[in-house]
Amino acid sequence: MLNYIIRRVLLMIPTLVAISVLIFIIIQLPPGDIITSRLQELQAEGQDISEEQIEALRARYNLNDPLHIQYFKWIGGILVGNMGYSVMYGQSVNNLIWERLGFTLLITFSATLLTWLIAFPVGVYSALRQYSVLDYAATLMAFVGLATPNFLLALVLMYLGYEWFGIAVGGLFSPEYASADWSMGKLGDLLAHLWIPAVVIGMGGTAGMVRIMRANLLDELGKPYVTTALAKGLHPIRLVIKYPLRIALNPFISTVGWMLPHLISGAAIIAVVLSLPTTGPLLLDSLKNQDMYLAGSFLLMLSALTVIGTLLSDILLAITDPRIRYE
Amino acid sequence: MSTEATDAPLIDVENLSVVIDRDEGVVRPLNGVSFRIDAGQAVGIVGESGCGKTMTSNALLRILPPGAKITSGHIRYRRKLDEQVVDLATIDSGSAEMRQIRGGDISMIFQEPMTAFSPVHTIHNQIAEMIQLHDPMDDQAARRRVVELLDLVGISGPDERADDYAFQLSGGMRQRAMIAMALASKPRLLIADEPTTALDVTVQARVLKLIQRLQRELGLALMLITHDLGVIAHTVEYVYVMYLGQVIEEGPVVEIFDNPAHPYTQALLHSIPSLTNKDKRLEPIEGSVPSAFALPTGCPFHTRCTKQVGDKCKRQMPAHVEVSKGHYASCFIHTEEGS
Ligand SMILES: Nc1ncnc2c1ncn2[C@@H]1O[C@H](COP(=O)(O)OP(=O)(O)OP(=O)(O)O)[C@@H](O)[C@H]1O
Ligand code: SF4
Ligand SMILES: [Mg+2]
Repeated sequence: MLNYIIRRVLLMIPTLVAISVLIFIIIQLPPGDIITSRLQELQAEGQDISEEQIEALRARYNLNDPLHIQYFKWIGGILVGNMGYSVMYGQSVNNLIWERLGFTLLITFSATLLTWLIAFPVGVYSALRQYSVLDYAATLMAFVGLATPNFLLALVLMYLGYEWFGIAVGGLFSPEYASADWSMGKLGDLLAHLWIPAVVIGMGGTAGMVRIMRANLLDELGKPYVTTALAKGLHPIRLVIKYPLRIALNPFISTVGWMLPHLISGAAIIAVVLSLPTTGPLLLDSLKNQDMYLAGSFLLMLSALTVIGTLLSDILLAITDPRIRYE
Repeated sequence: MSTEATDAPLIDVENLSVVIDRDEGVVRPLNGVSFRIDAGQAVGIVGESGCGKTMTSNALLRILPPGAKITSGHIRYRRKLDEQVVDLATIDSGSAEMRQIRGGDISMIFQEPMTAFSPVHTIHNQIAEMIQLHDPMDDQAARRRVVELLDLVGISGPDERADDYAFQLSGGMRQRAMIAMALASKPRLLIADEPTTALDVTVQARVLKLIQRLQRELGLALMLITHDLGVIAHTVEYVYVMYLGQVIEEGPVVEIFDNPAHPYTQALLHSIPSLTNKDKRLEPIEGSVPSAFALPTGCPFHTRCTKQVGDKCKRQMPAHVEVSKGHYASCFIHTEEGS
């Protein structure tokens, strides 16, 4: 087991190096760079910029170095925790990312919790009472949930939130708390706003998850080992928990892998609609504006999280499923 | 419901019928099955795939698939607990009484030992569970019993093998472990549903020998289910031949092999390879088994029978009559002779 983990971690290193090179090439690919487009903007506004100023800017962003040097400077910075400087925001990438990452984590965590709290019992019930009235109801709800675009749900909830509770929805805080220091009031305000993105983001996932849970469990319930356990005289409820449910959970464990990168990029559209201070819209902006260090750092972070997430779920799977452990 | 009768057979199944309600229609897998097994007796149940062998054994334990119902008949079983005869056909299938009989009184060995074990629990975990379900004891005692059982079924290094998962064992070892689990709670009746079909030919004979040896040593009643007549020839004393959810012939094993009375049994015997007629051409039975959705009227075998004795084969159900001592068949050929 330990060997397996060490082997997998070692394998991660070349993977990440290859990914970082690829990302660097991709962010360099579009013609022009952010300085040129920035200059055009400034000149259009009638500002005059001297050659020296331009040179200084280019030097600051290492744009005069050959490509491979640029790469090493970038990756070297990241290794010591400096992700570079965003031209678009005029701030260091570190500054920009961490606060948003916190909120993203909070929202995604609440949404995931909500998803699990609903999807798990509903999916299990649907499988155990297949074709019952409640199973049909759950199936119908799941399909409606799957077919409703999330941003539409976001708009509806924003409207309802405003109509019923009079809260200025959108964002995570009311204007009076937005720049205030943390207090009980601000926390309450956050919670009053949090449920909308949590419900919106959680909803799409819940519908899918109910279907997956139901299908997985139905699959396992038909397996011969269930008959064996029944024939042993095991109580049906204990049986379901110990055998098929336990095994039906394995596919869920493998979803942990892509939950991590989803934290950052996930639900960008909803974040835009609800004007959430999360990482999604920032990533979108940085890509649109060729803000190379911001975009590059984001992409690298996403890839690293994907790789780490996959490793995590593989390790979890190996712990829960001996068939993988002994392969 | 319960009556005292210690001289009764261990299990007496009478006229058992099961129907399954499906969206596509009503399936009738069992249509009046009758058989009995005495304590310590080895009995074979033979028939082609789909004739209801598994359905019969699952009905005894009341572990039928969803939508399946017992519509008539009795399963009179004399239980270990108090020697009372209980009717398993009418007992509440969710009751503690029924669960006690599953595994504790009647246990099963399945065709695919690989899938019949949970893939994520060790052999020890699954056998110990069986032991502790029916005889509460601490974990150390259960562990000792597991090792004892694995040793009993001829698994070498039982203490290490106990901590293996099913997929780590060879096919033969897996089936031995399955047998160990079935014996864990000292049952009175062992149902073996095609126990060697999934195994390598070389291992089949050894596993069969093991079952036979244990059956005799432990004084178990054995219900050996198979579609392969070769398997039962040396293992059981008495044979029931099933066709479309009914017993159409029964008798001592020698009688069935030497003087098969029913055209179906005769065809079945011609269709199996044996050591003596290796070079002879096998004759597969003509036609295919009718669907359990639409059963034929009259004699269930008439759609494939080459020996029909007239119109009544299609219209009337022949009676189950004695053709020689302890040997019965349901065919007009024999009722003709009697009349
Ligand atoms: N869950 C089910 N739903 C509907 N029909 C079923 C179901 N299980 C079995 N049957 C039908 O019941 C009949 C008897 O099946 P059973 O499994 O008892 O046959 P078998 O004699 O054990 O065959 P095999 O040798 O293939 O194991 C078959 O016609 C089968 O198609
Ligand atoms: S009753 Fe008629 S159809 Fe049925 S087996 Fe006998 S001869 Fe054949
Ligand atoms: Mg079967």
